[in-house]
Amino acid sequence: MENNLITENKQKNKIEKAFEILKTMASKPSGLIGLTVVLFHVVLALISPYIAPYDYKAISPNTMLLAPSAEHWFGTDSLGRDVFTRTILGGRTALTVTFFGSLIALLWGGLLGIFCGLVGGKIDDVVMRVVDAFLSIPWILAMLLIVSLLGTSTEVLIPALGFFYGKGIVRVARAATHDVIAKDFIVSARARGHSNMSIIWNEIIPNVRDAILVEGAMRWSWMLLGFSSLSFLGFGVSPPTPDWGLMISNARGLMSFAYWSVIAPIVGLSSLIIGINLTADAFAKALGIDRSTKAPV
Amino acid sequence: MLLLILKRIGLGLITLFIVSLITFVGVEVLPGDACTTYLEREAYGAALDACIKRLGLDVPAYERYLDWALNVVRGDFGYSLSGEMPINEVLGPRVKNSLVLASVSILIGIPLAIVLGIITALWRDKLPDIMISTVTIFSMTIPEFISATLLILIVAIWLGWLPGIVILPSDATFFELLSNIILPVVAISMIMTAHMARMVRSSVIQVMSSDYVQMAILKGVPYWKMVFRHVLPNALLPAINVVALTIAWLLGGVVVTEVVFNYPGLGRLVIESISNRDLPVVQALAIILASIYVGINLIADLMTLMLNPRLKSLQIRK
Repeated sequence: MENNLITENKQKNKIEKAFEILKTMASKPSGLIGLTVVLFHVVLALISPYIAPYDYKAISPNTMLLAPSAEHWFGTDSLGRDVFTRTILGGRTALTVTFFGSLIALLWGGLLGIFCGLVGGKIDDVVMRVVDAFLSIPWILAMLLIVSLLGTSTEVLIPALGFFYGKGIVRVARAATHDVIAKDFIVSARARGHSNMSIIWNEIIPNVRDAILVEGAMRWSWMLLGFSSLSFLGFGVSPPTPDWGLMISNARGLMSFAYWSVIAPIVGLSSLIIGINLTADAFAKALGIDRSTKAPV
Repeated sequence: MLLLILKRIGLGLITLFIVSLITFVGVEVLPGDACTTYLEREAYGAALDACIKRLGLDVPAYERYLDWALNVVRGDFGYSLSGEMPINEVLGPRVKNSLVLASVSILIGIPLAIVLGIITALWRDKLPDIMISTVTIFSMTIPEFISATLLILIVAIWLGWLPGIVILPSDATFFELLSNIILPVVAISMIMTAHMARMVRSSVIQVMSSDYVQMAILKGVPYWKMVFRHVLPNALLPAINVVALTIAWLLGGVVVTEVVFNYPGLGRLVIESISNRDLPVVQALAIILASIYVGINLIADLMTLMLNPRLKSLQIRK
């Protein structure tokens, strides 16, 4: 009974703490704007299939390159598809791919980083050399190579993005673990005879979690940038899928007389990236982590 | 000091070696070899045999790696599949064009970033800072292909001031390039300047709040003298490394920008060779781009060492 109460209290504390962080984030205008924009995009991504007025892949020669009107709010593209429909569905693609990609990046990057920070020595040296080497291959070359050899489907893109954007998290997680591991409470946990797993789970992870989460939030926006750049270059998701990068690259050639079909995805993608960035910044500040002096690697 | 420099160079070489291994093993492990991916549906019979012979794919992988690596060290990247000409000849003009684009962007971007960073730091949270910081957030978060597309739409199409895309052969002369690179340079330096200005800003703010600057203020050192003598040297030093990392990171962005503007540089070659599945060229590009990255970092490390007297004496004492 008493135990139950304690866990309940703990849970309540966690929720309260999360609220507290959200409140701090929203207390500054930049954080509030970021949170609102991200929330807007997430809600739109969830409901877009139900509110989309047209079929995103319905090609019709009669409605090619129409200017924005009451029927087609954002006009139509060169194949006569409704730009509004494709724009709101494009957010769904972008958010799904990058959300799962970030999750993978966080998991493998965080775990490998903590592991390296813990064991140290030779293994750590070798792993960090390899991570450094991976960092020095430009992301675009590596991603293009993987995608061109394995094909352009979301099943390939998500793990590939997750893998590539996780290597930076390895560094952050390792550095954070290094900071924690010398602290007294780890030493005393060792002295109390706790197992390695228990030390990782109960002592280290709670202390490095913030740094890793902030890094992950930042990676999210870079991954979105990378993913849409890939789509733009024709190596991302394949054509009928509504995707912002793809829409921009398709509409680019005709933008001298049909600028609307390029403006809508540009606004969508830019606002989401800026929103995530502002949110990640506010998140970092709310947790008291300063990453403004770091390079975007 | 010399030992330290040698150590840094050694680490850089090890990194390059690992990169070469990764690209080689990556190409090896992924399904399909250079010939079958390149020839696609025609990969059978005589054509396939000839291609395998030409690339020497019939010898074991480690031998091929050694052979290839030795040639690369000698500066010979072998032959490309599609053009069937030496990769060195393909690369030469592309490297030059990209260098022109990158160096013009850097020459404009770095001084601008330093000035903007200092202004925003000294007038922290005042109007100039708020205005510049808002613009930098926009220009550093928006993907290159969007800002480049918008630049073309607004400057080239709506206003008609400058050509929207570069229509030049890859062996165009330097002056032919210059008139065409204004928009690409703006697109690249926009995002680079924003990143660096933010770092310079936080670095200056950090130094401004340090004890010795407070002491200088209390001692009555004139404000501008204090800024130039005490704050800037200490604030810009740590920024060097970060600037180097930023430049290296932006290599990816240069690829996208070159494609948008149809600029005949290394970046477009990356896309072309991958679309053509020309793996020997891709391997060469991976090594070259990674060397640029390692090289820039090395230069930054050495510059920091040279400029920081504390690190120097630390090494001597050791």
